[in-house]
Amino acid sequence: MKLKTLLMGSALAGVGTLAMAESHADMAMDMTLVSWGGAYQASQQNAYVEPYLEMNPDVSITWDESSAEAVAKLRAMNEAGNVTWDLVDVVASDAIRLCDEGLAMEIDTEELLAEAPDGTSAEDDFGDLLVSDCFIPQIVYSTTAAYRPDLFPEGAPAPESICAMFDTETYPGKRALEQRPINNLEWALLCDGVAKEDIYDVLETEEGQDQAFAKLDTIKDDVIWWSAAAEPPQLLADGEIVMGSSYNGRWFSAIEEQDQPFEMLWDAQVFDLDGWIIPADLPEDRLARVKDFLFFATDTQRLADQAAYISYGPARQSSAPLVGDHAELGIAMGPHMPTAPENSQNVFVYNYEWWADYRDDLDAKFQAWLAQ
Amino acid sequence: MTDASADNELIVDTGRPPMWGFTVPMIALLGGFFGFLTGNTSDYGLIGFLIGLVYGGAVGFILNSLVPNRTAGRWALIVITAVVGFLLARWGGLVAGAIVGAVVSWAAYWIGRGHYRDGVPIYATGGQTLWHNTYLFICGVIFFFLIAPILTIIPLSFNAENFFTFTPEMLSLDPEGYSLKHYRDFFNTDDWQSAMWNSLKIAPMATVLAVGFGTLAAIGLSQPHVPFRQTIMAILISPMIVPLIISAAGMYFFYSRVGLQGTYLGVVLAHAALGIPFVIITVTATLVGFDRSLTRASANLGADPVTTFLRIQMPLILPGVISGGLFAFITSFDEVVVVLFVGSAQQKTLPWQMFIGLREQISPTILAVATILVAISIALLTTVELLRRRSERLRGLAPS
Repeated sequence: MKLKTLLMGSALAGVGTLAMAESHADMAMDMTLVSWGGAYQASQQNAYVEPYLEMNPDVSITWDESSAEAVAKLRAMNEAGNVTWDLVDVVASDAIRLCDEGLAMEIDTEELLAEAPDGTSAEDDFGDLLVSDCFIPQIVYSTTAAYRPDLFPEGAPAPESICAMFDTETYPGKRALEQRPINNLEWALLCDGVAKEDIYDVLETEEGQDQAFAKLDTIKDDVIWWSAAAEPPQLLADGEIVMGSSYNGRWFSAIEEQDQPFEMLWDAQVFDLDGWIIPADLPEDRLARVKDFLFFATDTQRLADQAAYISYGPARQSSAPLVGDHAELGIAMGPHMPTAPENSQNVFVYNYEWWADYRDDLDAKFQAWLAQ
Repeated sequence: MTDASADNELIVDTGRPPMWGFTVPMIALLGGFFGFLTGNTSDYGLIGFLIGLVYGGAVGFILNSLVPNRTAGRWALIVITAVVGFLLARWGGLVAGAIVGAVVSWAAYWIGRGHYRDGVPIYATGGQTLWHNTYLFICGVIFFFLIAPILTIIPLSFNAENFFTFTPEMLSLDPEGYSLKHYRDFFNTDDWQSAMWNSLKIAPMATVLAVGFGTLAAIGLSQPHVPFRQTIMAILISPMIVPLIISAAGMYFFYSRVGLQGTYLGVVLAHAALGIPFVIITVTATLVGFDRSLTRASANLGADPVTTFLRIQMPLILPGVISGGLFAFITSFDEVVVVLFVGSAQQKTLPWQMFIGLREQISPTILAVATILVAISIALLTTVELLRRRSERLRGLAPS
């Protein structure tokens, strides 16, 4: 009797093991992805999470909209010895910080990422965008300005340069700028006559910083400072501001999907990157699942698919020709990409390394200036 | 003294205020205020103010000297102003005009017939009357400041656009400007639905735990022979006093070590800890009025302590227990800081989802949810109040 039970038990266990072996024996079945919420997360969900779940129906994926505080939370999780995230979507500068602190895993691009369809290695396909050893870029987005022509005084010419932001005489009214020194100081110097290639050299000096703040001083009373990128479109739709800076995808969504009477001002748009990092020291089964997902989600076709849902440029060169139409509106997405030739006539290249060195200092200075 | 307004003639004795010295200027000012608001919508504030002055003065004079029938006078003015509003700004103007007409005509009779002295004794001086009405006015303003932000949310949640904006269509009461799409979004999106179910799972559990522990603690601490009562009380109340972010960070590291972080049980326990102080405070307050001789009498009649508690003490302190439970429920239902730390994405509650929604995409779905929550809160509070009245009535009847 006892023996029989035992036998049956082990037979059942054997069947169970077999069943397990068939469906990725050593991969975890749950995965927590961290992203930004909103339209961007929806584009990820549509472009690669849903197709992946169709191929792997047993897997369950949970979203955590915590990318905005990813650095702080990963630090806390690491200290508590309880990392619950599997794959984290962060901007490039956060990836660099996490990598330096050892909180993100270093990536072997040959092993983890798919080749381009024509056989180009992943490393060449992503090219310069692999700004950190831990970072797998997905998209190129830009911080750029938009305005409402109907709120300008009669006869004001359509703005053509970012310096319209500083021209309160021609374009009276409030403007929205991000509540941080990055981009604003560069734009201020640019509009104060500093040449584009000299900006970071000038900004390194005390006088250069004073010059930038002095330029910002001229519009300080007219600025509404935002901290969430959703705010400027909201303020512009309300008519609380006449122009503002935000991410190009937010403006696209307001203009094309919500029919708002905004115009984009692509001048001096600042490119930035967004992509995945894998938290350091994941258990083996979870890491195996993450690798499996990542290989799929960052291949050429998937990154091109994502551009059908949001106007951010795919990070792979090989994806660009595959970018098609908007999934619901059916308009061609190519001309709305920040990387499109007509939009990128005057791009400002944001210097990660420079900001990594000067960020803390200028953050403090900026906050002090705001409080004055 | 036999005309239709005989009842009003009584007031004549306390003195109608002088028509040209007081009534007309006051109503004119009120009219000017509304005129300024109206004029401002099209950038002609000053002209609006002047027109309003004339309008208010005329109303104050005509209603008080030519239209003795108050009801007729008020309706006439409401209709006239509404029609003018309609001519100026269609349906939105109609509603605004009706409101202005109602307020101005009410004020015209209220001031013109001296009703503003109704609340004060007949011998009150002008200063006292002024203070009495100022006091009422301040109360009204406070009430307005408390309630206005909540009321603004409700129409905005029916916005047809994806922005927190009163669109021109909404202001002209055009049906095109309104839609239920944000409510549909709430009921059809998995994120919102799972967040709602998480909240509905966590809050009642946390409430039950908080009420159980809190009531027992309050009863225990009300016994005079318990040592270190003040200290224990202070410790139990501390989650209410310590900043939430500190409790949350502490709980995060503690729960991570014992494996409760990111579990339902963890969130329930954390919320119960936050709810317990509310239960203790309300139950302790009701126990102050509790007559201990009742428990001795019950024991004298042969009831054991448990029966005494359930049959004698509990019914008497029940109002305190219920309102404590209500506070505990709302604490858990509204809480966002602790759950962000103690929970993981699987335990995303409604406030958490709203917090994300506000930060990442300012979507009016949040307003739809807020409206639903306000409706639920009102229903909940009304129910509790009705139950309380009912039990008081029943108790009042019981001895007879």
